Amino acid sequence: MFDQATWEMIGKGFLDSLYMTLVSSALAYLLGLPLGIILVVSDKDGIKPCAWLNSVLGVIINLLRSVPFLILCITVIPVTRFITGTSLGPTATIVPLVIGAAPFIARMVESSLKEVDKGVIEAAQSMGATPFEIIWKVLLPESRPSLILGAAISVTTILGYSAMTGFVGGGGLGDIAIRYGYYRYQTDIMLVTVALLVIIVQVLQEIGLRLAKLGDKRK
Amino acid sequence: MGTGTPLIQIRGLSKVFETESGEVNVLEDINLDIMEGEIFGIIGMSGAGKSTLVRCLNFLEKPTEGTVYFDSQDLSALSQKDLYKIRQSMAMIFQQFNLLMQRNVLKNVCFPLEIAGVRKKEAEKRAYELLELVGLADKAKAYPSQLSGGQKQRVAIARALANDPKVILCDEATSALDPATTKGILALLKDINKRLGITIVIITHEMSVVEEICQRVAIIDSRHIAEVGYVQDIFTKPVTEAARRLVFPEGERVDHFTSSRCCRIVFNGSSSFEPVIANMVLEFRQTVNIIFADTRNIDGKAFGQIVIQLPEDRLTGEKMMAYLRSRGLTVEEVKGYV
Repeated sequence: MFDQATWEMIGKGFLDSLYMTLVSSALAYLLGLPLGIILVVSDKDGIKPCAWLNSVLGVIINLLRSVPFLILCITVIPVTRFITGTSLGPTATIVPLVIGAAPFIARMVESSLKEVDKGVIEAAQSMGATPFEIIWKVLLPESRPSLILGAAISVTTILGYSAMTGFVGGGGLGDIAIRYGYYRYQTDIMLVTVALLVIIVQVLQEIGLRLAKLGDKRK
Repeated sequence: MGTGTPLIQIRGLSKVFETESGEVNVLEDINLDIMEGEIFGIIGMSGAGKSTLVRCLNFLEKPTEGTVYFDSQDLSALSQKDLYKIRQSMAMIFQQFNLLMQRNVLKNVCFPLEIAGVRKKEAEKRAYELLELVGLADKAKAYPSQLSGGQKQRVAIARALANDPKVILCDEATSALDPATTKGILALLKDINKRLGITIVIITHEMSVVEEICQRVAIIDSRHIAEVGYVQDIFTKPVTEAARRLVFPEGERVDHFTSSRCCRIVFNGSSSFEPVIANMVLEFRQTVNIIFADTRNIDGKAFGQIVIQLPEDRLTGEKMMAYLRSRGLTVEEVKGYV
């Protein structure tokens, strides 16, 4: 139905989307995971309460999360240019994606870690575990299934964000859908890209679910 | 049995919690000595402050006032680092077991050893030995979710023993278990106390637990220690209102009998399990009214108590009491308790 060039473009878009999503997710976790841990640990019922740090972080995260993602993309263009030298293309898109996703991930991690039974934490404390040991040996391993599920949700959300960046020259499948489907009324190309996005989401979600279940010893 | 040297000394301990609706006094001026090698019970109704008290013993809760000496060291004077260290010799087991759900049984027992910095090989060897001791060696590779409540508590006990503690603090350790399993866990704790000489502190709201394994008991009632003493003394001659309420949990039912002469018969294991009341009735050809009864047969010995209403005839009453005493029972007249 399409010529060779179109298929190649769609193929490149597919790979670009995967690249943006996976690299952004990895970087966003690098920021969001420690932030989520700090949120839980510094909470007033946490293992090392620190009220000011908790509220400062909470406010920053809420502020970032309340900026609509498309607006955030435009706002951080100077930062993007500074880091990647351009504001266009898949690599440039990673910057707003990480800034947009890290606070979201911090909250996801926070809610996973808060599921860990308080009694188990107390047991570790009664054995003389330090806060670091509790994070490393109790909080993270005990919440692993929930963290993996959270990661599946986060990665698919980031994929959705990455498609949105097509409007500001982001690249990937979203960019193709907007340029061909929206500006040129080539509905068929748009449908193919949407189908591909749906497939990626399904696959990622399924992998996450299986990994979470496989590693869960509570059943 | 205790050696007479105090292992834990609680001195002038008070705890105040700050809540949104103001300050709440949970414990006030608690003083208590727990001797090395004894099984010491702390009993009280829910809300009496006993769980907070046990958490003050290892400073999971810092006392607002007063302090705790453990092995002659003032816990309030220790640095955070030394406190982590000393907690390794004060193990704790819990009502909800609190095992790591994502680790198998063996790794759960290894956990405190990891914290103490023991090498993996050695830790696993020690963990196997401990699982052997609690009778769960065949479950080493199982996960906690595959175990029953009693088995989970056994794993928790093995875990508690890992770092050779001087004391095991038990916070309502049998409250989530059925009576048969409770008996098994208490027998295990007793055995550990006897064989390894580890001091055990039992927090509970059940008099039966205290009866079964404790040598001494402290009764805690609305923030204070109401009574401390040997279990037998408190069980036979409760002095305070709080103690009486625990010894006669359903005391209110006997209200209207207290006008006549009643006597309490205590079975403390020194008599065999025979139908002593029935025999007495046959012997004297006089009926008695059983007002309250709570007895158990443990290993062929009778434990618990019965309150009976004696015949109005004073002489028969005296004779009956003498008869019961001759059967090795502790008998005393009760006047208007409740």
